[in-house]
Amino acid sequence: MHHLVVERWSRGESALHARDARVKILLTLAFLIALTTTPRISIAPVLGYGLLLLAAVLAGRLPAGAVLLRAGVVLPFSATFAAISILAGDSERAVALLVKSYLSALAVLVLAGVTPLPRLLRGLESLGAPRFLILVVQFLYRYLFVISEQAQHMRLAALCRGRFHFQAAGGAVAVLFARSYRRAQGIHHAMLARGFEGRTELLTSARAGVADVLALLSGMLVIVGLRFALGGFR
Amino acid sequence: MQPLIEVRDLRFRYEDGTLALDGVDFQLYAGETVALFGPNGSGKTTFVHHLNGLLMGEGFVSVCGLPVEKRNLPLVRRKIGLVFQDSDEQLFMPTVLEDVAFGPLNLGLPPEEAAGAAKRALEQVGMGQLLDRAPYHLSAGEKRRVALAGVLAMQPEILALDEPTTFLDPPGQRDLIALLRRLPQAKIIVTHDALLAGALAGRAVFFQRGRIVAAGPVDQMVAQFHWDPFWESGSPSVPES
Repeated sequence: MHHLVVERWSRGESALHARDARVKILLTLAFLIALTTTPRISIAPVLGYGLLLLAAVLAGRLPAGAVLLRAGVVLPFSATFAAISILAGDSERAVALLVKSYLSALAVLVLAGVTPLPRLLRGLESLGAPRFLILVVQFLYRYLFVISEQAQHMRLAALCRGRFHFQAAGGAVAVLFARSYRRAQGIHHAMLARGFEGRTELLTSARAGVADVLALLSGMLVIVGLRFALGGFR
Repeated sequence: MQPLIEVRDLRFRYEDGTLALDGVDFQLYAGETVALFGPNGSGKTTFVHHLNGLLMGEGFVSVCGLPVEKRNLPLVRRKIGLVFQDSDEQLFMPTVLEDVAFGPLNLGLPPEEAAGAAKRALEQVGMGQLLDRAPYHLSAGEKRRVALAGVLAMQPEILALDEPTTFLDPPGQRDLIALLRRLPQAKIIVTHDALLAGALAGRAVFFQRGRIVAAGPVDQMVAQFHWDPFWESGSPSVPES
């Protein structure tokens, strides 16, 4: 059985976990917009945004060290572009790239860490994300673990007979694709067998309470206030 | 008494030309449980998929008096519920409750009623505590039971189960058998397990190369086709070692 760390975090309990998913999504979005529109990355924005995220990590009772570390997964990608910027002579941009990418990843990680995926998807949908996209993500998430387990089994089986070299990996990918395709047909049959006719309906959607509205308002105030304090508007 | 399921001369050929069903006649009556025996590839699962219109071949298939054709499919799929061999294919929603509520929602029930129907079905299979769990965190037995709940929530009159004890440990098999015995619906059980069939089914039919070649009481079918891995010229039993 598979256990994803972020998924375990999302099933915890805290003031943030209890908030409506839509509120958390909107606040994360506002944060990302504020962050990316901040023109100059100096100590003030780093401290401001960083402390805000740290406060969220603590409020969500997430393991700070692990979260800060995992957000770094985005750095190899942004480092490539930062390197290009440095070579082009714009080291200020390179620093901004690294800092913004890290803080963005951190913000999204916090969102994922305090919101179980089903609720996150439902929140996204009620905020207007296309249903089809939501369904695709939902199925992907559901079957990712199944596929990865199958991949691990194939790797083990190959190791038992020698090595799991490049060609074996290639073959495994092809087989996994074929099996997933077959599985998709099976799932479709299972859906049809239970009356599926093209449109899925939702179970209940969450209702926002007073605490959620307060959280949204205060969160927005802080983010917008921080953004304006950092200035840089033309 | 009118049969709940009536199949006459059902023929089906796959797209690649393989003849999967070669003239099948079959009836299922209210309250009875029938086991489908037969070698792998003999058409048992293909046959079951014709009962709710997932596949459509030539010949006559009717479920609860409704011919299985395109316009009747929504009603037919209310009347007969299929539990597939692979539970992972059947549990595709993020949580147990949402999955079991999938059927009732498709039937047009409003969300609260669908959730209620789902909870009752989960209680019925003994999985009422696991509403919010994600399916991949469940054991094989739990998945099987949730899949069954997903079908029961639609309140069908007929249940068709494809190899229901696959991957279940003996206690899981025991629980499933006890559960199935309590359900009033007429049942079709595709199985290789002679003991399971004996425990649940009143009669059995034997598929071979797309046709039903014999029918009768379960132990008669088992004896006729030696349908038991430990078959000695006596009764099915585990041999002394």
